[in-house]
Amino acid sequence: MIEVKSLKKSFGDKVILNDVNLVMETGKSNLIIGSSGSGKTVLLKCIIGLFTPDSGKVVFDGKSMIDVGVEEKKELRQQIGMLFQGSALFDSMTVEKNIKFPLDMFTNLTAGEKKKKVNEVLARVNMEGANKKLPSEISGGMKKRVGIARAIVLNPRYLFCDEPNSGLDPQTSLVIDRLIRDITTEYNITTVVVTHDMNSVMEIGDHIFYMYQGHKQWEGSNKEIIHSKDERLNEFIFASDFLQDAKQMRMMQEDQNKKQQINA
Amino acid sequence: MKFFTKFGQYLLMLKGMFSRPENPKMYWKEFMHQCVEIGIGSLPIVVIISLFLGAVTTVQTAYQLVSPLVPASTIGQIVRDSMILELSPTVVSIVLAGVVGSKIASELGNMRISEQIDALEIMGINTKTYLVLPKIMGALLMIPCLITLSAFLGIWGGRTAADMSNIVASDIFDIGLRSNFSPKNVWFALTKAYTFAFIVSSIPAYFGYFVSGGSLEIGRSSTTSVVVSCILILVADYALAALLL
Ligand SMILES: Nc1ncnc2c1ncn2[C@@H]1O[C@H](COP(=O)(O)OP(=O)(O)OP(=O)(O)O)[C@@H](O)[C@H]1O
Ligand SMILES: [Mg+2]
Repeated sequence: MIEVKSLKKSFGDKVILNDVNLVMETGKSNLIIGSSGSGKTVLLKCIIGLFTPDSGKVVFDGKSMIDVGVEEKKELRQQIGMLFQGSALFDSMTVEKNIKFPLDMFTNLTAGEKKKKVNEVLARVNMEGANKKLPSEISGGMKKRVGIARAIVLNPRYLFCDEPNSGLDPQTSLVIDRLIRDITTEYNITTVVVTHDMNSVMEIGDHIFYMYQGHKQWEGSNKEIIHSKDERLNEFIFASDFLQDAKQMRMMQEDQNKKQQINA
Repeated sequence: MKFFTKFGQYLLMLKGMFSRPENPKMYWKEFMHQCVEIGIGSLPIVVIISLFLGAVTTVQTAYQLVSPLVPASTIGQIVRDSMILELSPTVVSIVLAGVVGSKIASELGNMRISEQIDALEIMGINTKTYLVLPKIMGALLMIPCLITLSAFLGIWGGRTAADMSNIVASDIFDIGLRSNFSPKNVWFALTKAYTFAFIVSSIPAYFGYFVSGGSLEIGRSSTTSVVVSCILILVADYALAALLL
């Protein structure tokens, strides 16, 4: 469980995060959504400690990232897996070496054990046999999958994904989304996904936080989100005319259903 | 004001490099990798420049030294001293600022922009120690070696040129090489070599490590880093000469 307590962050006099409070539960996909510039990436970077917040706390299962010492912070970070927006694979290394890197750095496994572990996670993301390829030789969606493989190779307790679907076609997006959801329940970890893709919101959003101008405007599950009465949230979700039409149809249908029920 | 902020950031980066490595074996591997990249990678260009620097110095000195009162062997002496004192350390360092410096800056810059540095940080790795320190240590080990080699090659190149274009015979050149040799010059050259090696690696590392923006910035910061290192090399060259000679 990750708790974010009255987090504040500004750059110069520009307030980016204004008193953000979130509780992200274990074994669930926690989604942070919001329009461009609403501070999602800054929030994520504050949570994982790439930015230092001006005030407030981020608590990982009782341990505050900001208060702990250097060594404990390092230990905590080894329990964090992160998929970056651009995958951030080390481009001088092959896929296999990329995934092996955290194992080399932090474990005392033998070469054989490492190899087995690498193949295991590669299989988990459906990328068997890509061991010897360089990141420049694989597609964007494959890079994301390798990024996930690298993020989960040390069996992290927390998984962070910054826009895992950006630049992917709907089908590949879905594969990635399901992969993230399955890994979350399978390993029972706390997953945080930043996205503005409505498909993933509906697909994997166990718990959704809607950010608006630096504060949390709404929270709830993917079952609740389309019925929400929050105007700003609705503006965000039903931004396109097509979706607006869809919502209207839906509401008409619901009305009809109700009438039928009353009649019956 | 901006200069002081940057200078402070530079010093903090250098200070931040010293932390306990998570896994010394990996750091050693990275150090070795950098030694190969810097040392072997720039060997060909250093060999070529050094030979020609020596040759050109010989020919030009012979051209300027027309007085019959000065013995021909003096040419050997002049070539030796100019290679050791100035040409090898300074010119080779300036070339290395272009070859090694731009490579360091663009490599780190690319890692920064594509979030690879963030990825390492998130894993719990001190990227200043893992990425910057091996580059600076590698440069401090390899560049003085390259400069020493360059001095030898330059003198040899000069000797060969003298022989080939019938300026001075090799045995007479050798007499010049052996006369009035002062070991102090070698110490001076090595002091310069270490100073320049530090400049050539740490300045581009700073510019690359703190790049922000898009890929355009990588090229820009790599150019800036080469320009700044070259200027600093010349300033340090003058300062060291004024202080130590
Ligand atoms: N390092 C920084 N320095 C100064 N301002 C920043 C920095 N990073 C982000 N900002 C500002 O913070 C605001 C929020 O940025 P952020 O990247 O969090 O948006 P976002 O919600 O992730 O948007 P997007 O969906 O487009 O990625 C922006 O106005 C941006 O200009
Ligand atoms: Mg963002």
